[in-house]
Amino acid sequence: MSANGSVIQVNGLSKVYADGFEALKNVNLDITEGEIFALLGPNGAGKTTLINIICGIVNGSSGSVTIDGHDIVDGFRATRSLIGLVPQELTTETFESVWATVSFSRGLFGKPPDPGHLERVLKSLSLWDKKDNIIMTLSGGMKRRVLIAKALAHEPRILFLDEPTAGVDVELRQDMWAVVRDLRDSGVTIILTTHYIEEAEQIADRIGVINHGEIILVQDKDQLMRELGKKQLILDLDEPLDEFPQQLASYNLKFGAGPKEIIYSYDTQAKHTGITALLSELGSAGIRFHDVRTTQSSLEDIFVNLVKKIQ
Amino acid sequence: MNWFGIGAIYRFEMARMRRTLFQSIVAPVISTSLYFIVFGAAIGSRITEIDGVSYGSFIVPGLIMLSLLTESISNASFGIYFPRFSGTIYEVLSAPVSVVEIVLGYVGAAATKSIIIGGIILITANLFVDISVAHPIWMALFLLLTAVSFSLFGFILGVWADNWEKLAIVPTLIVTPLTFLGGSFYSISMLPEFWQKVTLFNPVVYLISGFRWSFYENADVAVGLSLAMTLAFLLVCLIAVSWIFKTGYRLRT
Ligand SMILES: Nc1ncnc2c1ncn2[C@@H]1O[C@H](COP(=O)(O)OP(=O)(O)O)[C@@H](O)[C@H]1O
Ligand SMILES: [Mg+2]
Repeated sequence: MSANGSVIQVNGLSKVYADGFEALKNVNLDITEGEIFALLGPNGAGKTTLINIICGIVNGSSGSVTIDGHDIVDGFRATRSLIGLVPQELTTETFESVWATVSFSRGLFGKPPDPGHLERVLKSLSLWDKKDNIIMTLSGGMKRRVLIAKALAHEPRILFLDEPTAGVDVELRQDMWAVVRDLRDSGVTIILTTHYIEEAEQIADRIGVINHGEIILVQDKDQLMRELGKKQLILDLDEPLDEFPQQLASYNLKFGAGPKEIIYSYDTQAKHTGITALLSELGSAGIRFHDVRTTQSSLEDIFVNLVKKIQ
Repeated sequence: MNWFGIGAIYRFEMARMRRTLFQSIVAPVISTSLYFIVFGAAIGSRITEIDGVSYGSFIVPGLIMLSLLTESISNASFGIYFPRFSGTIYEVLSAPVSVVEIVLGYVGAAATKSIIIGGIILITANLFVDISVAHPIWMALFLLLTAVSFSLFGFILGVWADNWEKLAIVPTLIVTPLTFLGGSFYSISMLPEFWQKVTLFNPVVYLISGFRWSFYENADVAVGLSLAMTLAFLLVCLIAVSWIFKTGYRLRT
């Protein structure tokens, strides 16, 4: 690990597929040890390509990736031993039992058998009572759990989850986040991709946004929300209002759910939010209110704005 | 060396055979018996001896080679093609296993399976005819080399094929004819002179000839030449496999 605590370093990584399509364009990215990093981007942005190169499934065209100080090509043994991958597609064995497939995964990654560890993993994913079942007979959700168990079978220090919650039910989603948080607490670095923004918002420490094969932005989640987030001040009026008085025109007020709710949007980063002035002007215009609340724009809004701005 | 990794692949592949144990064992027993009934009884009543060996005994090495080749190719090609087809190959590609280790796992298991089947055929044949093995060590060597070479060949086939049809076409269109025309059921010397020459371009001739020599000490070509050709084929397959992994051909996009 390097001095600044980064465990994965992606340097100038590009990928041109055989058909000439440029899926990644000079990607630079540092992942900090122990963090949960969410890679956000629309379908086709290059998320899976990036992960597959780091994990050794796809060859990069140029640039390099270093994991824990080892190059992913020359030091593939060291780098791949550290990584667990839950792929996007539901690709499981068919005729094997759950126990056999997780044992296989552990062995494949060069670890001696450890039934105790596998038992803990299966229990944490509510798979223990299914351990002798043939994978073919399991539901889609259960198969996804099996893929997670396989990825954790060799005790990876870095876990990649590629669209882990696409088409997954609430129960599995909750179980999965519980497992992810436990892993993070034990020091595992987690990189997940998603196009559900609320997911990134809930769980990530840092967020990277990728679009058309380029990393547009990498930022601390809270900071991102603060910097790019617009806040809204919502006032519940005592009396309904027909229209806004002339002296309030500069505030760009809007009606909310009805004529008794007005919304004022402001930028949290601005020097003057204008809230104090607005409130006193409302008072002098004789508009009385009985409740005030604020809302912050979600990552979804931020994301949509970002992508729009770039295009 | 990632021994646990090799073991995991090997055991996984062997488990596939265990699941279809009945089919894996019963099929070769039945087909061998059929060959003896059809070829041994029908043709054997006309051709009583070839080079001083009864016809029934004469065809045993060829029969074993026939199964060894087809089983090696089909097991190894299916073993690597199926994970590519279903997508589960991602795990092997993302694991800390080298080319050599992947090949040892897949090809080792396929070769083991075909050697087991070769043994079953030998035992079954023994129920019908007298078999003597003049050079057991040479026999084992040819058995092993052939199983390994053709499992490697099957592995290459399974990497190259991008649909089921291609996977099936090479064995049926190329390997089976070569085996039948390679002297499984006759001695090359029984052919007209022209065809004897043509036959020498068939690599399977050398395998069968060498293998049969280890049984009955009679051969169509010198045993040293048989060994050399087998090793050459093995070498070609090894080079092809290392090229596949170096370039990521059909495995890593
Ligand atoms: N094997 C391939 N050959 C050619 N193009 C590909 C291949 N795999 C992915 N792509 C293309 O690369 C782009 C990025 O794909 P992907 O990394 O899967 O995106 P994401 O995971 O962000 O949805 C897409 O436009 C996709 O069509
Ligand atoms: Mg994807």
